Amino acid sequence: MSLPSVVIVDDHALFRAGVKAELDGLVDVLGDAPGVEEAVPLILRVRPDVVLLDVQMPGGGGAEVIRAVTRTNPGQRFLALSVSDAAEDVIAIIRAGARGYVTKTISGAELADAVRRVASGDAVFSPRLAGFVLDAFAGAAAAVPAEIDPELDLLTTREKEVLRHIARGYLYKEIAARLHISTKTVEAHVSAVLRKLQLSNRHELSRWAAERRLVE
Amino acid sequence: MAVVTVAPGQPAAPSVPPAPPLRRDPAHGVVGGVCAGLGRRLGIDPIILRVLFVVAAAAGGSGIAVYLLAWVAIPAEGEDSTPVTRLAGRRDTWLVAGGIVMLALSVLLLLRQWGIWFSDAFVWPVLLVAAGAALIWRQAGTRSEVPPAPPVPAQPRAAAAPADPAAPAAEEPLLARTGEVLGRLRTEAVGRSWLGIALVVVGGIAFLYLNGALVAARDVVLAVLVVLVALTVILAPWWLRLVRGLSAERAERIRSQERAELAAHLHDSVLQTLALVQRRADDPREVAALARRQERELRAWLNRGGPVTSTPKTLAVALEQAAAEVEETHGVQVDVVAVGDAPLDPRGEALVAATREAVVNAAKFAGGGPVSVFAEADDGHLQVFVRDRGPGFDPAAVPPDRRGVRESIVGRMERHGGRAEVHTAPGAGTEVELTMERA
Repeated sequence: MSLPSVVIVDDHALFRAGVKAELDGLVDVLGDAPGVEEAVPLILRVRPDVVLLDVQMPGGGGAEVIRAVTRTNPGQRFLALSVSDAAEDVIAIIRAGARGYVTKTISGAELADAVRRVASGDAVFSPRLAGFVLDAFAGAAAAVPAEIDPELDLLTTREKEVLRHIARGYLYKEIAARLHISTKTVEAHVSAVLRKLQLSNRHELSRWAAERRLVE
Repeated sequence: MAVVTVAPGQPAAPSVPPAPPLRRDPAHGVVGGVCAGLGRRLGIDPIILRVLFVVAAAAGGSGIAVYLLAWVAIPAEGEDSTPVTRLAGRRDTWLVAGGIVMLALSVLLLLRQWGIWFSDAFVWPVLLVAAGAALIWRQAGTRSEVPPAPPVPAQPRAAAAPADPAAPAAEEPLLARTGEVLGRLRTEAVGRSWLGIALVVVGGIAFLYLNGALVAARDVVLAVLVVLVALTVILAPWWLRLVRGLSAERAERIRSQERAELAAHLHDSVLQTLALVQRRADDPREVAALARRQERELRAWLNRGGPVTSTPKTLAVALEQAAAEVEETHGVQVDVVAVGDAPLDPRGEALVAATREAVVNAAKFAGGGPVSVFAEADDGHLQVFVRDRGPGFDPAAVPPDRRGVRESIVGRMERHGGRAEVHTAPGAGTEVELTMERA
């Protein structure tokens, strides 16, 4: 299997160089860009398997890159890579269309693994993201307004179970073993959660993010 | 005037008090005792006042009006209230006042009709001034007559305080009420004084105007007004600029203060850590721990907008803090993910202590790998998972003298109505599961 191709978008030159060095030999880095304006044409030209995307950048941040690129190439896959672990940043970039979120403290091998996963169409949830999603969908059973689609706005018991295991620090294959299901099924659950997270118009999601902003 | 021979030892001259309150003196008076009372108050022979009143009455009737006003407004000797104050005690004070004014007006108009009149330009302003003066004088009188809060209640209160704890409580409202009444009186008094002053001023100006004394002044006033308006027009933009400049300067000062605060914080934290990192560059573990600690501290500062409080209030914050401490002392990365939160009650504290112990164990025996802490708080219970990717162990092979897990984790949880389970196997890492029902 050939190495997945990657474009790195981050406004810190030092960080781009560091990621490049760490991923050397694990993925095929096609290029890097320091901001939204440079990133969009580059991504559209080289069409990498995965775009490693910083969340907070001048000129609209990662979400703006996703919006601009997916207008032309809706199939482009993004993995958010951020130093911020603030809930509103994480949820916002996922809802904009990123297929996963990892923090910048992740090791090179783990990052390469995450890139491969996203390249093959899976979702990548860090323990923290799993925690945020559980938080955002918590208490949902209480009162669901009629206009909300329960298919999109509630997590199934199994999905919650998988998310809890991710939050506890288990790898997909460990989760599969513990829950007596296949790794593919775990991936399917995570992808389903990602889809719900992106498509749900659940008012709790926005309200929840607003509350976090107020509380913290 | 009567000179009183004072017997030795007797109180000095009770008949000539230093400043007797203004009272009518019907006993020594001719009509209502007004002149007698006024004379005693002012230390003038009442005859002089009587002559003045008669002249004023002959000159246009104003003397009569003022006399009548004084008759009703000044209490007689031995009385504490006048008909007026008695009336004024009622709710419809202004109605009464209006009635009196109408009465006085009708008397005056009658006098005017009869020709016992001086001149419109003189009588009306003088009346206004007289009414205003009466108000001010009365006010000056009542103010000195309002006694300061009597010291009498204070004394028994102090004496009774140890024996009867209810006494102060019972007196408190009374004192408060007295204060309230005094306050209202004071504001009313001030209001009346201003009304009096306004009446005097309006009367004075009306007098001057009606007698043509203002014709010369009007030109001066007009000139002054024009100059003032011109100055305002000239100076307004400059003044506005000054005000705007001041507020801009204040904003700038606040900004620079914030910048200084930020710089101070970065200096104390980030720059110090970077200096340490440079000096310890040969010890990657130490450098990683330093960086991690600094990251945690900076995040907390950014998120909470200030330094971390020393006493956590919620479970999530307490767990974060415990993790940070273990991370610092053992140099192992500890990631905390919390879903939901709960106030930190004794059960929560026990849970945090047990979690801390489990994290310490993981840091010691898991070979330096990262430790994951996952906490979930829902309505029913609190649950914490502490997981490491270390070698794991065989629970059955743990020697009985190793009391850490049994006492600090399992025992502590059970004492607070919770439970602890350890899932581990050689090569599979270790996970400690702590569960506590919510209080």
